[in-house]
Amino acid sequence: MNALLTLDNVSRAFGGLNAVDGVSFAVDRGEIIGLIGPNGAGKTTLINIITGVHPATSGRVHFEDSEITRARPYQIARLGLARTFQIVQPFPRMTVVDNVAAGALFCGHAGSVREAQAIAREHLAFTGLGDVADRPAASLTLARRKRLELAKGLAMRPRLLMLDEVNAGLNQAEVDDALAIIRKIAEQGVTIIVIEHLMKVVVSISHRLLVLHHGQLIAQGAPRDVLNDPRVIEAYLGAKYAAKRGASH
Amino acid sequence: MRTWIALAVIAALVALLPLSGSNYFLRLATTVCMYAVLAQSWNFIGGLAGYPSFATAAFFGLGAYTSALMLAQGAPLLLSWGCAGLVATVFAAMIGGAILHLRGHYFAIASLIVAEMLRELINGMPDITGGGKGMNLPILPISVTAEAQFFFYSMLALAVVSAATAIVVHRNKLGFGLRCIQQNEDAANILGVNAYAYKTAAFSLSAVFVGVAGAIYASWVKYIEPPDVFDVLLAVKPMVMVLLGGLGTIFGPALGAVILLAFEELVWRNFLTVHAAALGIIIVALILFLPNGILSTLRTWFSRKEPAT
Repeated sequence: MNALLTLDNVSRAFGGLNAVDGVSFAVDRGEIIGLIGPNGAGKTTLINIITGVHPATSGRVHFEDSEITRARPYQIARLGLARTFQIVQPFPRMTVVDNVAAGALFCGHAGSVREAQAIAREHLAFTGLGDVADRPAASLTLARRKRLELAKGLAMRPRLLMLDEVNAGLNQAEVDDALAIIRKIAEQGVTIIVIEHLMKVVVSISHRLLVLHHGQLIAQGAPRDVLNDPRVIEAYLGAKYAAKRGASH
Repeated sequence: MRTWIALAVIAALVALLPLSGSNYFLRLATTVCMYAVLAQSWNFIGGLAGYPSFATAAFFGLGAYTSALMLAQGAPLLLSWGCAGLVATVFAAMIGGAILHLRGHYFAIASLIVAEMLRELINGMPDITGGGKGMNLPILPISVTAEAQFFFYSMLALAVVSAATAIVVHRNKLGFGLRCIQQNEDAANILGVNAYAYKTAAFSLSAVFVGVAGAIYASWVKYIEPPDVFDVLLAVKPMVMVLLGGLGTIFGPALGAVILLAFEELVWRNFLTVHAAALGIIIVALILFLPNGILSTLRTWFSRKEPAT
């Protein structure tokens, strides 16, 4: 059986800068992938390539059997690739329920606006936003806006969900809540790619880690192995530290 | 349902106006209906989708000239009006494809050029369009009063149809998608909204009724020339009306048309020399004190007066 998502030697240049440089990997159905790397490593750019926001300048992206390298963002969304944004992107003056209904209406196969709103309420209950359904999205706290991003993504009935730092800026209790929700989503058979800075979170949730550094994929594999990889330690903590640690082993 | 009843009641009341017997009043009411159409149309692209289009004048003039040229060839009146709407819509879809990827001010400027372009085009074809000399339209073989009523009811019918279209669009998937685009176009794209197609649909909707209104106007005044039917005020006034009535609302545009034209009539009659300045002051006051329009201001005001639950 083919992989769900395949990237083949994908690069994206902004002017002279290769934000993502020759990255290849495959994601299987049902996996939870942790995508990590220092600031500016190209993690969000990679998500932007996959979702068609900034198409790859070279290389190919396949979702199942269809090539989506040059597809438009709305077409990719309709195939079942949903994402959340690191910097939350709500429709600020629309109600929370309408924000989520949009996902159901344009991707989730809801027939009418009313049906989409009904589906949206289910997703809001699932993500714990039921009590603020009729408030404008702009009135939510950051933690709840992040949760709203998640609900919007779910309403699209995704087959692959990409979560871009859904836990950044949250306190411990909020992170735990979010993790519980992400696990529940995975149990429903949704494949997930998580971008995350909180190492504890990534390790606890991911089946496999991918490490980006300067736009290149420097390591991938089981979380424990990857975090002990000298190249990964070097990328995060510098060559000196890596050498010292290597010597002490 | 309540919206439909409201529309029916308002239309029925306005339809009784000719009973007043005053032709001055009827003429004013016809103008109000015309601007209600223009404002309602602009609301699709400007209010719902959030794209500040100045192309209203272009669609209006295009409709007027399409109808005038067809009538000159002996086409039936209603057919020429229908074709005017069709031509304006097709033109909008084509122009929209070219300029709707621009955002904000850039889109506004591009849309402003469209009317100027058409005006020059028509000026430059004097053999067909009469150029700067304008065109005369056939006079209807009916009495003056019957004619005044005919044009009044035609404009009223068009205003009702455009309002009915607005009600449908506001509630269906198209209106929902346009609101998403207005709030955050990138997020809308990621959620699966085909923003380009939706914006083109909104732009075409903002043209179809304006094209017909231009055609009715041409038949009504019986003489058109480029500076008259491509007047930039035909693009600016509908915007002010929508802002005055309520952006993105259903009855806001028509309400704005009534208020602005009534006000204009009063100012024009009483302060002929400072009339333009007075209008300018209204627009500034409007932006400062009623940024959301009369309808939403009233709504917030009333909901605030209700006891807290």
